[in-house]
Amino acid sequence: MIKKSMSRRVFEVFNIIILMCLNIVMLYPFLYVFAASLSSNASVLAGRVSIIPDGFNLEAYKAVFKYKQVWISYRNTIYYTVLGTFINLFLTVCGAYPLSRKYFYGKSVFTFFIAVTMFFSGGLIPTFLVVRKLGLYNTVWALVLPGAISTTNMIIMRTFFQGIPDALEEAAIIDGATDFQVLYKIILPLSLPSIMTIGLFYAVGHWNSWFGAMIYLREMKKYPLQLILRQIVLQNQVNELLSQQAGTTVEETQSLISETIKFAVIMVAVIPILCVYPFIQKYFVKGVMIGSIKG
Amino acid sequence: MPRKKEKKNENIDKQLANLRRQERWRRFKKSKYLYLMFLPVILYYLIFCYAPMFGIVIAFKDYNAFKGFAASPWVGFKQFQSFFSSPYFWRLLRNTFLISFYGLIFGFPAPIILALLLNELKDGWFKKITQTISYLPHFVSAVIIVGMFVNFLSPSTGLINNIIEMLGGERKYFLNDPKYFRSLYTILGIWTGVGWGSIIYLAALTNIDPELYEACIIDGGGRLRQTWHITLPGIANTIIIMLIMRIGNLLSVGYERIILMYTPATYETADVISTYVYRRGLVDADYSFSTAVGLFNSVVGFIFIYAANAVARRYSETSLW
Repeated sequence: MIKKSMSRRVFEVFNIIILMCLNIVMLYPFLYVFAASLSSNASVLAGRVSIIPDGFNLEAYKAVFKYKQVWISYRNTIYYTVLGTFINLFLTVCGAYPLSRKYFYGKSVFTFFIAVTMFFSGGLIPTFLVVRKLGLYNTVWALVLPGAISTTNMIIMRTFFQGIPDALEEAAIIDGATDFQVLYKIILPLSLPSIMTIGLFYAVGHWNSWFGAMIYLREMKKYPLQLILRQIVLQNQVNELLSQQAGTTVEETQSLISETIKFAVIMVAVIPILCVYPFIQKYFVKGVMIGSIKG
Repeated sequence: MPRKKEKKNENIDKQLANLRRQERWRRFKKSKYLYLMFLPVILYYLIFCYAPMFGIVIAFKDYNAFKGFAASPWVGFKQFQSFFSSPYFWRLLRNTFLISFYGLIFGFPAPIILALLLNELKDGWFKKITQTISYLPHFVSAVIIVGMFVNFLSPSTGLINNIIEMLGGERKYFLNDPKYFRSLYTILGIWTGVGWGSIIYLAALTNIDPELYEACIIDGGGRLRQTWHITLPGIANTIIIMLIMRIGNLLSVGYERIILMYTPATYETADVISTYVYRRGLVDADYSFSTAVGLFNSVVGFIFIYAANAVARRYSETSLW
């Protein structure tokens, strides 16, 4: 007995060590980026930064703050996220509520109509052509309308609505309430937490998306943050960015900050997510569980 | 007499049909607001899901934006033939398959192992924090993740190369070397998805009856035996379902992360069908050809998922349908 509990204890210690290592691997990149964004370019180039900034300065952030395009794209991203999430939720509720009603005539036909799209899709190019044909190219609508409904989310929401006891709405219907009133006064307030969860799913999707913007938007002033980020971090357009600022020559700024500015831009983009993440994380997990149980 | 009876039956039938029609009409009328509500949803699916589906016919045409959809000439399987005979065909197929396969071998077990390790922890702050941290990359955009990754691997300033140099090795330009692309892609995939992927298994683990463990302990089963005989069978259904989906998606590698990661220097090992569709279709505006390539990919993908499901249904009780 003693021997067994001994081996058990060894296992537990090892398990904790393994998971600690995992935590470090997961967190370290973020900590490093944070430290590097506050360090001097020379220290970053020399590899003297670990998780403590070396040669502490805020030059990189100052440069980012001066760059107008970052803020324009920031505003664009907020706008696309708010508008997109609103449209997502509106349409998802419009689809989920009728499908959750037993008396909805033609329910099975509509369910089939929707389920087909989960197995077959037109693919990238035909979708692109349809969007362009509709005249949505280079407009916000190209980002928020295709993909306005995630079928999985709609099914999750329908399942929530079905779980609300019938007795409540029957009483309302006897009192002469229409479907709109039942939805607005009973169903929506009762399922607010789940609707918020699904809204968060949609919102994070919009915040992080870049591909749609890349293929549908032509003008730089409409670009969302992620696309600007891609230009700066992955396509090395730092110098171009800096040369747009008055009073600095390319050589001068390059020697100062070109490496650290990438890290600063990453931080600026990731901080909002990091700030809200610990608070909303549990809702996401709940959402995944419900989605997985209903399959 | 018999004649009269027949007539009576006919009458009853008629009445029943009438009643049914009335009932249908009543339900239809009762649903009128629901239809109103559902209308935009139907429009959405028609415009953004069904219209592109019918748009696939341009794979059999020689689509020309000036002539328009209807006036473009039919060319039968010409686009497919030119794809099959193109020098890229086998390269794309190999890359798509291998990248998926790496994901299956290394990426698929990772969340299961993490879930099992987490399951061994006592509930408490450490477990909670570990979970919170491991889900984090799922919420960060692909651009940022790949951006950080590229920086870490950078030949001049990257951390990994600094360490290699410190240990006496030579600096390498990892992301420009076709040799490393698939491994790096797989590693990044695991880093991003392992935590989030473990949630579904953790959910399955909580559904295992604790009495089973007690019974096993009484029978003298150690920790390993418990894992082997109770924990794994307990989540076997979930594993099988996830495995079917994974195998079914063996030929559908997403393009987003690859487009961010690859360079022309690594196309040799990095270019997959979906990224090729993107380049040929949206960069070169070769619409018909790229639609044909995409269609080929979906058809083969569908066969895969169908086959995987058939196998699962044959050899276990779990299947997707």
